[in-house]
Amino acid sequence: MAEDTAVAPSPAPLGMWVFLASEVMMFGGLFMALAVMRWRDAAAWKDGSRHLHLWLGTANTAILLVSSAVVALAVTAVRRGRRKEAAWELGIAAVLGLAFLIVKATEWGLEAREGLMLPQQPSLRLFFDFYYVATGLHALHLTVGVVLVAALGFLIRRNPGHAGAVELGGLYWHFVDVVWIFLYPILYLAASR
Amino acid sequence: MNTYLQAGYGLRSWLLTTDHKRIALLYLVSITFFFFIGGGAATLIRLNLVVPDSGLISADSYNRAFTIHSVVMVWFFLIPSIPAVFGNFLLPLMIGARDLAFPRLNLLSWYLFMAGGTVALWGLIIGGVDTGWTFYTPFSTTYSNSHVVTVLTGVVIAGFSSILTGLNLVVTTHTLRAPGMVWMRLPLFVWAIYATALILILATPILAVTLILVAADRIGGLGLFDPRFGGDPLLFQHLFWFYSHPAVYIMVLPAMGVINELVTCFSRRRIFGYRFVAAATLGIASIGFLVWGHHMFVAGMSVYASFVFSILTFVVAVPSGVKVYNWTATLYKGRVQFKAPMLFGLGFIGLFVMGGVTGLFLASLAFDVHVTDTYFVVAHFHFIMVGGTVSAYMGALHFWWPKMTGRMYPERWGQASAVLIFAGFLLTFLPQYLLGWLGMPRRYWHYPPEFQVWNVLSSAGASVLALGYLLPLAYLLWSAFFGPPAPDNPWGAKGLEWTIPSPPPKENFVEIPHVDEPAYNYGEEDSHG
Amino acid sequence: MTPLGAILVGIGLLALLAATVGATFSGLGSWANMVIAAAKAALVLWFFMELRSGNGLLRLVAFGSLAWLAILFGLGFSDWLTR
Repeated sequence: MAEDTAVAPSPAPLGMWVFLASEVMMFGGLFMALAVMRWRDAAAWKDGSRHLHLWLGTANTAILLVSSAVVALAVTAVRRGRRKEAAWELGIAAVLGLAFLIVKATEWGLEAREGLMLPQQPSLRLFFDFYYVATGLHALHLTVGVVLVAALGFLIRRNPGHAGAVELGGLYWHFVDVVWIFLYPILYLAASR
Repeated sequence: MNTYLQAGYGLRSWLLTTDHKRIALLYLVSITFFFFIGGGAATLIRLNLVVPDSGLISADSYNRAFTIHSVVMVWFFLIPSIPAVFGNFLLPLMIGARDLAFPRLNLLSWYLFMAGGTVALWGLIIGGVDTGWTFYTPFSTTYSNSHVVTVLTGVVIAGFSSILTGLNLVVTTHTLRAPGMVWMRLPLFVWAIYATALILILATPILAVTLILVAADRIGGLGLFDPRFGGDPLLFQHLFWFYSHPAVYIMVLPAMGVINELVTCFSRRRIFGYRFVAAATLGIASIGFLVWGHHMFVAGMSVYASFVFSILTFVVAVPSGVKVYNWTATLYKGRVQFKAPMLFGLGFIGLFVMGGVTGLFLASLAFDVHVTDTYFVVAHFHFIMVGGTVSAYMGALHFWWPKMTGRMYPERWGQASAVLIFAGFLLTFLPQYLLGWLGMPRRYWHYPPEFQVWNVLSSAGASVLALGYLLPLAYLLWSAFFGPPAPDNPWGAKGLEWTIPSPPPKENFVEIPHVDEPAYNYGEEDSHG
Repeated sequence: MTPLGAILVGIGLLALLAATVGATFSGLGSWANMVIAAAKAALVLWFFMELRSGNGLLRLVAFGSLAWLAILFGLGFSDWLTR
């Protein structure tokens, strides 16, 4: 009953998925902390949530969702050998990611001016502490994604050998999007408005 | 014949290598260095405790000593030890591959490990940290006046090294097995490394994010776990132990993997119940994620949750028991040879069982509330980590030394060290069970005079143990340069690694083998001949 | 995945975003929002990350990591819920 290793899975995609599994656990620990804080004092959590800029957050969510679709288009294009198109799409995705980061920085700036960094009010304190850590960690991952996707955009124009890398980079980008898909409602939509 | 040791000379050929065998040796040198640093801290501790109120080092320094002992031993010795040295060296050989799936990532893992170790050591040099390796909040976040962030950063960086190594080992096992090397023909050491790698991938990221929270809290004065703002110190503990309990299985599963190899080779028998041992390996890895609350029985956790964690902790002992029965059954009527690796292996079985049953004591709520945070716990985990894992590590080192270096170590010295270590270990740690039972708390720099006799015995044992560990450092190093050349298969063992030269060529196999034998294919004539 | 497919999924995601904002304003509560978030994530995982195209091992990795996270949440909350 010998197994033919010719049908063994290919290492690189398996490697990327295993890496993403580790990232799921890392953000998962953070989400656990958020869930516990929310559970312990729902009123304080909702109060904190109401102080966030809902429309900026919503716009950012839309930006990321669109960017994922654009990356999916890029992967499709690479598979069909349309490298120039893929390079453009990867570039657009990187720009969208950058736009997200700019909006996020703007939000943080506004919040600082509104006295929401280490706010005096104790009930707001922990919501904002966790909000900054969570969005900061996500922004760090998104920054890596922007650099990765932009680099892939440059490389794929010249060299078809990078087709596999584009698929792997796409997986990472989608993962960062999925993290935000859950962060957004937990942070921005906790309170009914 | 060009071996992997001769494929390039000079520092660059080592520091830029992607050969899994050379990377294994890089890890071997690094972790040996860290072992002796952690051992130095242990020496300070045991010296201080010879007298009830010695004041050999200040109370504050004592806290820093036991913290650095545990931080270094856990993260910079035990966790990498067998996976990063023997997993790296042996996995490709045992499955019939030329290297790991991602050789350059493997080198990055080592550099991350060294970077983390350097940062953590830097934290030690500039004054150390006094929180214990457990970094409980709010002491670590708010009140400690020590270099918490520096040491945490070192640990987190080393954690990324662990995750990438785990990733490499898992992907390699799935994708690079030689034709015919189906899962059920793999050496059980591979099953153990695989299960360990799964834990590395799933648990370590939780540690990373938890320590990042502590660092952010300390830097920003956030108060994340501060009850004054509604924070919960137990949130830290849940997150910390969710990693740190599986971490002990990272430390013990590879050791158990080694024992499979030793017990079969040195009794010339197939393993009893291969499928059960493989299943038990995965069982320990999975169930090990369900028991972390047993570290928090007196922390303020719900008593109902404590019930659940207690029951699950009893359950996790079952697969470990299965393995011990299977090793014993393998030894039964075998043709046992008491070579040094086997002595270490037998030492593992005895000491692991003793440590394991005391784990069951600790799993019972009623008993735990009396001995938690006493020397009983300290003895329990040292029986597993040192009596168990370090013995298995020494066994592995002696068993595969000829393969890795192409030299034989002096056998009598090896046997003597094994006996010395076993005796020294018992003298050091058996008294600690008594101390805990009698009520001596852990992490205290001084103690009531009635505990002195047991402390003296323990410290005396520690000096024997130290000698036991220094001896192999000397004779193994000697043998690397002056030992007699080793044959391909000095032990007459089964396994693909023994079918290639000692040391192996860089590409491992001239031709990728086709496997059609079961693991441990020792026949009747081997065990009764 | 065809280009049209990518665009359709993208539109679906934006529709779900609108739904979740609507749910917030109509006071449906956080559980509704989490269900919608799960639906968005499912679309991304199934179509964009191509879990749809059959490699069992990759699906095991994806769902395995979620299962492991469920252990943290489940057993962890067993403490807070019963204090």
